Amino acid sequence: MHGTLGGPATIDAAVAPAVRHNRYATVVLLRFLRQPVPMTAAVILLVVMLAAIFAGFIAPADPFQTRVARRLAEIGTPGRWLGGDELGRDVLSRLIYGGRISLAMAILPVAVGLFVGGFLGVLAGYAGGRTNMAIMRAMDVFYAFPSILLAVAIAGALGPGLVNAILALSLVFIPPIARMAESVTTQVRSYEYVIAARLTGASTLRILREHVLSNVAGPILVFASSQVSVSIIAASGLSFLGLGVSPPNSDWGLMLSALRQSIYINPWVAALPGAMIFLCSVCFNLVSDGVRQAMEVRR
Amino acid sequence: MLLYVVRRLLYAVPIALGVTLVVFSLVHIAPGDPISALLPNEATEEMLQQARKEFGLDRPLPVQYAIWLGHAAVGNLGVSIGSGRPVADEVAAAVVNTVILAVSAGLLSCLLGFVLGMVAGLRRDGLIDHLVNLFTISGVSLPHYWLAILLVIVFSVNLSWLPPLGVGPDTSDGWRPDWAHLRHLILPTLATAAIPMAVIARTMRAGVVDVLDQDFIGTLRAKGLPPRRILWHVVRNALPTTLAVMGLQLGNMLGGSVLVETVFAWPGTGFLLASAIFQRDLPLLQGTMLVLAMFFVFLNLIVDLVQSATDPRIRRS
Amino acid sequence: MNPDPSRDLSRMPAPLPEIADRGGPLQPLLSATGLRKEFRLGGGFFGPRAVVHAVDDFSLTVIKGETVGIVGESGCGKSTAARLLAGITPADDGEIIFDGETFWTPRSRISGERRRAIQMVFQDSASSLNPRMTLTETLAFGPRAHGVPTATARAYARDLLAAVGLPPARFAERYPIELSGGQRQRVNIARALAIRPRLLILDEPVSALDKSVEAQVLNLLVSLRDQLGLSYVFISHDLNVVRYISDRVVVMYLGQIVEEASAQDIFAAPRHPYTRALFASKPSIDPRQRVTAPPLVGDPPDPVNPPSGCRFRTRCPIVEAICANARPPLSAMPGAGGTHRAACWAALPGNEHSLSPRQKGALQ
Repeated sequence: MHGTLGGPATIDAAVAPAVRHNRYATVVLLRFLRQPVPMTAAVILLVVMLAAIFAGFIAPADPFQTRVARRLAEIGTPGRWLGGDELGRDVLSRLIYGGRISLAMAILPVAVGLFVGGFLGVLAGYAGGRTNMAIMRAMDVFYAFPSILLAVAIAGALGPGLVNAILALSLVFIPPIARMAESVTTQVRSYEYVIAARLTGASTLRILREHVLSNVAGPILVFASSQVSVSIIAASGLSFLGLGVSPPNSDWGLMLSALRQSIYINPWVAALPGAMIFLCSVCFNLVSDGVRQAMEVRR
Repeated sequence: MLLYVVRRLLYAVPIALGVTLVVFSLVHIAPGDPISALLPNEATEEMLQQARKEFGLDRPLPVQYAIWLGHAAVGNLGVSIGSGRPVADEVAAAVVNTVILAVSAGLLSCLLGFVLGMVAGLRRDGLIDHLVNLFTISGVSLPHYWLAILLVIVFSVNLSWLPPLGVGPDTSDGWRPDWAHLRHLILPTLATAAIPMAVIARTMRAGVVDVLDQDFIGTLRAKGLPPRRILWHVVRNALPTTLAVMGLQLGNMLGGSVLVETVFAWPGTGFLLASAIFQRDLPLLQGTMLVLAMFFVFLNLIVDLVQSATDPRIRRS
Repeated sequence: MNPDPSRDLSRMPAPLPEIADRGGPLQPLLSATGLRKEFRLGGGFFGPRAVVHAVDDFSLTVIKGETVGIVGESGCGKSTAARLLAGITPADDGEIIFDGETFWTPRSRISGERRRAIQMVFQDSASSLNPRMTLTETLAFGPRAHGVPTATARAYARDLLAAVGLPPARFAERYPIELSGGQRQRVNIARALAIRPRLLILDEPVSALDKSVEAQVLNLLVSLRDQLGLSYVFISHDLNVVRYISDRVVVMYLGQIVEEASAQDIFAAPRHPYTRALFASKPSIDPRQRVTAPPLVGDPPDPVNPPSGCRFRTRCPIVEAICANARPPLSAMPGAGGTHRAACWAALPGNEHSLSPRQKGALQ
């Protein structure tokens, strides 16, 4: 039992109503803030995201401005602090701007997967029986493909482009989230408090809204957030193959692919975009892990 | 046990059919007329008519699917637009290269992952445990295509030890198990094996730690069983989960092969898939996907059966 | 427990109307006949791998104001029977009549207002209350589902808390995690009562509680029953508890009823050898009554393949040939006024069992 959720004696009736409404959320937040590693990861992600959002104010140079003299400039060159790319554009500025598309491509598909997969999973879990069979067997089919392979194939069939890539990735994240949602919902459905609610004769919609969703939302959200760390790798992978954003716009995956051509001249500049993908993926993973641990309220 | 095998086999059938349906749909979600996607641009009106008839493209979709499935079942995957050769031949040639890479990476990741995980679990909080821990935390977040580039930077660019591209010194003839070809295999193998190895090591470590904490190990120790025999009990109990994870990781390796093979210009199925996409060669894309996905379904089946053979609890539940 | 009038639920204004009595005092409140439930294990294309006969030919009548206790070993089907009666698990066969009205059959089930007549109290566990709801929210849920405005439902929730002995000033805004087992069980009872049922089905309601708390909760149940004129079906494996609260007792073995009688009769003169064995295993406070030999040997048989004839025959001390050949019917015992019924060849008159009473013209 963690200290923040005290036993019967520690919560004073006079105190309880003041913090009642979002007390669970508050407790989780407080416990998250106390974990040093996930907090650091969260701060790093925040910095990366803010930099991407306010790229126009932060980036030292125009990411599209080519300069022949600065072609493949080394790290530390004035005006090209993190080097220049094959057209002499500033790599640092392009990394900052590229974050916009990389992060959007990582987060949007998981958000779609969360809504569609979450809906399907909760439906399958609560309905059980044939509905469950139909939905979950369909999910199994998509599960039969390795996720990156499926994303590549669908994006490849649809043709290159940002929207198509996001669509393909969304399809990849629906089945795992649906599976997770189905398994927690099936479990919650068997709990006595849900059975008691059914016995009152309340409508299914009301039971789902008031009893089921509040208890399954947390685990599903945490699982979905853990998928962002997978998504950013897959999304950048699509761009790396040329299936994502099209030039002159760029994200980290496409930058990695372009800088790879100059690997013999400027090897470490070529590694930079990959380092950003790695950093963000690790941070998303650590944050989601931290939230999960903060949510583990032992009875 | 036999009943379980039969049931599991029967369960794989609808999944496999569903997979073929998804692969079939790939051509139909592509923008444009599927017939123009299936034939080269310079195709004559005569060729178009013939293809329409052969694939029944003027008939309803379910009929088209049935025709396509019938063709696929006898190994007719259509003709590649890029090369004009049968897709089946192209895929077969690529499969050989992918299998070489998959086997070497699979062996490396399973053996090393297994041993590292076991040592880490047995010597908890030792040096290897900490290293494995660090590696597994970052391993799942490591973009493997980036790792491949890093390996090329270090071993090809900086050290000039190993070649960065291709299967061998000359691409004309097939793969041979000689040093010239093995040199080319090392970097792709490392790039492919690293992440599965991390995951397998983590699973094995967790399994070993879990088993060591159980009461029956204490009983065995108290009985005076020699450590070697106790180790056997530990491995046996940690094995089923690790095997399942190994299987899944092999599947993911296949998925990741698209990117790793692209980086190393390794002419396997992943490379084939990528080039099919760039040449808008939809028959080739479809055929390659079908073979890969079927292999993945088969792999899952094998994993389940092997796991149930090593873990009696699964058969009974 | 002397009920404090300020806690008397029957004097508090309830937001939901009482469910009117239909058939008068002689009409049974609940009458279940021939309930049967099988669970299929595993299976796929070739049908189930095994079928568990969880409940077989289960019939039960509850008179208005009566408490019926159901006892038996774990796995005897008493909890399944409870779930069938409450309509949580649909039975494969049989029907349930509530106050003269069809409550449940395999083809139809009651809906709307009258659905709330039967409610259930579960064994205390971590999942018996919604961990995300305060006690007020939990207790207000049922009335709100029946159209009571939220404010009214919340006010009534506080009355309910008071009625089950949890001062609302201290407990109304608590979460389940902040309660002890006994307190949680009081909330469980209050939740069942919130929509004014007439029959409570209590499945092991005190089994997870400490002995002292158990007594408090039992007293609460008795006083609520008296205040509100409720009827109970009380399921427990604890014979002392059942004896304390029940008017009538039903004994189950392997999914079937083997004996039923008034609490007084059955404890005074059990007729079925299983009932006798069960009672003999009841621990006694008197050391001179100490039991040395185990009254029942071995585990109950596999419910997938129950024994032929009488299901108890594999563990019965007085088993004879007839027991394997035919299933003994649950019949009235001679000389007990028709209310004491047992399913045992040795207790039934006029059959080939050597202990069968010889007199002719037995009742019924």
